[in-house]
Amino acid sequence: MRTLKQKKTPAQQEYDALVKQVSPKSEVPWSLVKAFVVGGLICCLGQAFNDLGEKVFMLDKKGVSAFTSMALIFLSALFTGLGVYDKLGQFAGAGSIVPITGFANSIVSPAMEFKREGFVLGVGAKMFVVAGPVLVYGITASVLYGVIYFIVQMIMGG
Amino acid sequence: MMDKKRGKQSYVLPDKPRVTAWASMAGKKEAAGPLGATFDETFEDDTLGEKSWERAESKMLEHVVDMALSKAKIFADSVDLFLGGDLLNQIVSAGYTARSLGIPFLGLYGACSTMAESIMLGSMLIDGGFAHNAVCATCSHFSTAERQYRFPLELGSQRTPSAQWTVTGAGATLLTKDTTHPIAVEAATVGSVYDLKQTDANNMGAAMAPAAMMTLKAHLSDMGRKVSDYDLIVTGDLGHVGYDLMKILCEKEGICLDKRYIDCGCEVFDESQDVHAGGSGCGCSACCLNGWLYGRMLSGEVKRMLFMATGALMSPTMSQQGESIPSVAHAVSLEVV
Repeated sequence: MRTLKQKKTPAQQEYDALVKQVSPKSEVPWSLVKAFVVGGLICCLGQAFNDLGEKVFMLDKKGVSAFTSMALIFLSALFTGLGVYDKLGQFAGAGSIVPITGFANSIVSPAMEFKREGFVLGVGAKMFVVAGPVLVYGITASVLYGVIYFIVQMIMGG
Repeated sequence: MMDKKRGKQSYVLPDKPRVTAWASMAGKKEAAGPLGATFDETFEDDTLGEKSWERAESKMLEHVVDMALSKAKIFADSVDLFLGGDLLNQIVSAGYTARSLGIPFLGLYGACSTMAESIMLGSMLIDGGFAHNAVCATCSHFSTAERQYRFPLELGSQRTPSAQWTVTGAGATLLTKDTTHPIAVEAATVGSVYDLKQTDANNMGAAMAPAAMMTLKAHLSDMGRKVSDYDLIVTGDLGHVGYDLMKILCEKEGICLDKRYIDCGCEVFDESQDVHAGGSGCGCSACCLNGWLYGRMLSGEVKRMLFMATGALMSPTMSQQGESIPSVAHAVSLEVV
């Protein structure tokens, strides 16, 4: 959240300090442990799907990564629908937000929530309300990266 | 003309409009809290059988008004005014409730201060001779508030420790001129909007505490009273963070708040319920007042109570534009006569 540029008066600054002192803080070390463990377990699950695709289904490299992502996204969407993923998120924080499962959750949850407003103006319009910024800037960054890579290659190659 | 006004922003009500009946309703989580037994009705299904949470919220409001009226044994068509509001955009819960009730309606928006605001205006109108009776009601619903102010319910995000939990609940108070009832509204203070430039929407208690302090200070000085003139001073939904800040701010102003000061946001849930800084929402003070608190007055435990509901007058749009959170607190003094 952005803060106002305008300067705060001494009374307001004093109050800021008081608020900071009184407000409870997140338990950072414990939160880190929880995020590490849960995030790690999700990644282990991903690795298991990876091995399954590679060794059992005999998929090629591209097929394996697509299979792994799909399996994780499916499970995340399922558990979001069952009302479990938000509880996991409350416990694990970034541990369940950062993996691809968190991304799936951020699309499925608004889609569920806005179903009542209809499929066009509800689900359709609101589905990317959380994930939208990630998509916009993620895709923009990848395009920029591509352009830079292209130019660098041209110079180095030429 | 101005003989009912005291000081800068307070008013006395010589006719002492009476609290004739009240009703409250709350959801599952509130029912499991410490005040669970004091609600008239509680419900398991947060949609109340409706198609959406918004509809459930307005059904809840309609139901508490109906309950209050039936306790007073009167029909909606003999009520002069319905004063109410809620947290949703365009105060739709109140508007749709007014549509079914058919009582002449004045919609109010004071965010979570609506319960005190409606009682204050209702009793002023009755005292001024503009109405014989008025029903004052408000509500909030966790799921409608979350989707309007924060994120979708199923999103796996973490709540910050200072965040509060919107109460799913509603409360209605019926005020009348009829002096046979024991609980009276005897004075009120209209709050000014106050802002110490807090921008964190996950710490509403910090944003609202200064407004609560200012209203309390104004009330005491306007009325020439002390904290000890009250058996109970109640704020609406400052929560644990705001409660502590309120005490510190008042102490700086020379107002010593002791055990007689409580906050509905701190009372409605207990610590095991994982609500972080406590309850919030219009329904928080509404369901505490319209059952538990009136009950304590009726039993004689509390003779005079200052009820101050606090509201944060922000919107997600203004927050995103970097604006701070302006807050207001309205106070009504209730006494057993």
